Amino acid sequence: MADETTDLGPVTTLATPIRLDFDFTPGVAQSKFLRGLEQGKFMGQRCPTCDKVYVPSRGSCPTDGVPTTEDVLLGNSGTVTTYCVVNVPFAGQSIEIPYICAQVLLDGANLSFMGLIQEIPTDQIRMGMRVEAVWVDESDLTPSLASVRYFRPNGEPDADYETYKEYL
Amino acid sequence: MSAAGRTVRPVSIASFAQSQNVRRDDERNEVEGLMPVIAEVFGNIGITKDDVEFICSGSTDYLIGGPFSFVMALDAVGVWPPRSESHVEMDGAWALYEAWVLLQEGEIDAALVYSFGRSSLGDLNEILTLQMDPYYEAPLWPDIVSLSALQARALIDSGKATEADFAAVASRSRRDAMANPKAQVRRDVAPEVLLEDDYVVAPLRRHALPPITDGAAAVVLAAGDKALQWSERPVWITGFDHRIETHSLGARDLTTSPSTAKAAEVAGVASGKVDLAEIHAPFAHQEQILKEALGLDDSVVINPSGGPLAANPMMSAGLIRIGEAAERIRSGQADRAVAHATSGPCLQQNLVCVLEGE
Repeated sequence: MADETTDLGPVTTLATPIRLDFDFTPGVAQSKFLRGLEQGKFMGQRCPTCDKVYVPSRGSCPTDGVPTTEDVLLGNSGTVTTYCVVNVPFAGQSIEIPYICAQVLLDGANLSFMGLIQEIPTDQIRMGMRVEAVWVDESDLTPSLASVRYFRPNGEPDADYETYKEYL
Repeated sequence: MSAAGRTVRPVSIASFAQSQNVRRDDERNEVEGLMPVIAEVFGNIGITKDDVEFICSGSTDYLIGGPFSFVMALDAVGVWPPRSESHVEMDGAWALYEAWVLLQEGEIDAALVYSFGRSSLGDLNEILTLQMDPYYEAPLWPDIVSLSALQARALIDSGKATEADFAAVASRSRRDAMANPKAQVRRDVAPEVLLEDDYVVAPLRRHALPPITDGAAAVVLAAGDKALQWSERPVWITGFDHRIETHSLGARDLTTSPSTAKAAEVAGVASGKVDLAEIHAPFAHQEQILKEALGLDDSVVINPSGGPLAANPMMSAGLIRIGEAAERIRSGQADRAVAHATSGPCLQQNLVCVLEGE
């Protein structure tokens, strides 16, 4: 009698679906950042040792290992330190290509973070460009980065390279 | 002192700290929970992060449900100027082992070891299923409580233990934990009363299960002059080993722990009198299996801290065993102690550390 399990050939793939649900809380410092977003503001924290301001802060200075206890309200504008133009489509993409993804150093911060740059042709983006955050309507603000629609040029002259060269 | 597992270069547990162990730390993230522990472990001996030359941590991304959480946790230390750093996806006891091995090489004299985890963020019973063999066992989602109940049943069937024995272990742990301000489950409750608990999964009643705990711990290891400088009574690691058994639960005799017995043999547990043992037996019935495998008789004080039945922070409960045992030697309550850590389902992997006072 033929062995039916052998006749089916070797098993080459095995699907084992896994799903885990988490009830996550972000902690003291990140909560302040998220609550700030809910009010249309960027909140950072300053290191008492090196004076650097982190946004978002996780509650410590990664250089000095001490708690960042002073809350700092940052500006709505910042400087593009570096960028890339996305031309490649990928699964789950929600923005029409091409678009600009940039690191923005907010005024008053010592850590840049990633933002979308819009309202400018992609071939005009450059390092040092001054940009400002465009928020969702006040009624749509949530404690999430989704509250920031994107950044756009704020009309100021480009920042001097010396002012952001430490953040590349 | 050159046999495998025996210390070639003396290394001391120079300092130990642990967080308050709680059911759920809603307020602080992992970094915020770790920072006070790191500050305390340095502060205990008046050093700073600049005094350690190597850092090794133990944690798992499965607890937070996000990748590379151990990298972010380094923010709690402040690794500038840069230094050598490593991580194990295991309990901090194994991170300590890695640091100890590096210290054996003699190029560095001090290391920081830490571990952390919020067990409360997900469903721990389900998360621990994912440590099983991913092809034949994990897809069936056998949860860790049910697997441990199978082990407890096998132990009862072998005639080695009864449910009353499990309750006695749980009762003693809760009572001893009353003297441990960092413990989570602390109460004076008789075994007979505990036996009135309902079964969670028979034959395990509620008291035979570990609590779900959020917490963190840290140790500073020192060798050479630093070991003598940082402690009036250095606590030396005199034997250290860890062993693992097969993935396949069906291929194991769950009523024994050959990996523990082997590690104990290599670490030299039997080469002197053992005053106390801190045993990482998350489920009450496992203490008896481990006590037998470690070759400990009834004269040995077991888990004076309350043990993992009083606080079981995932990824730290093993490291805490080493720290608790070391502190009791430092304070003069013991001269020679055994610390044990476990990992995996039903005591799959075991680590044994022998500690001795100066």
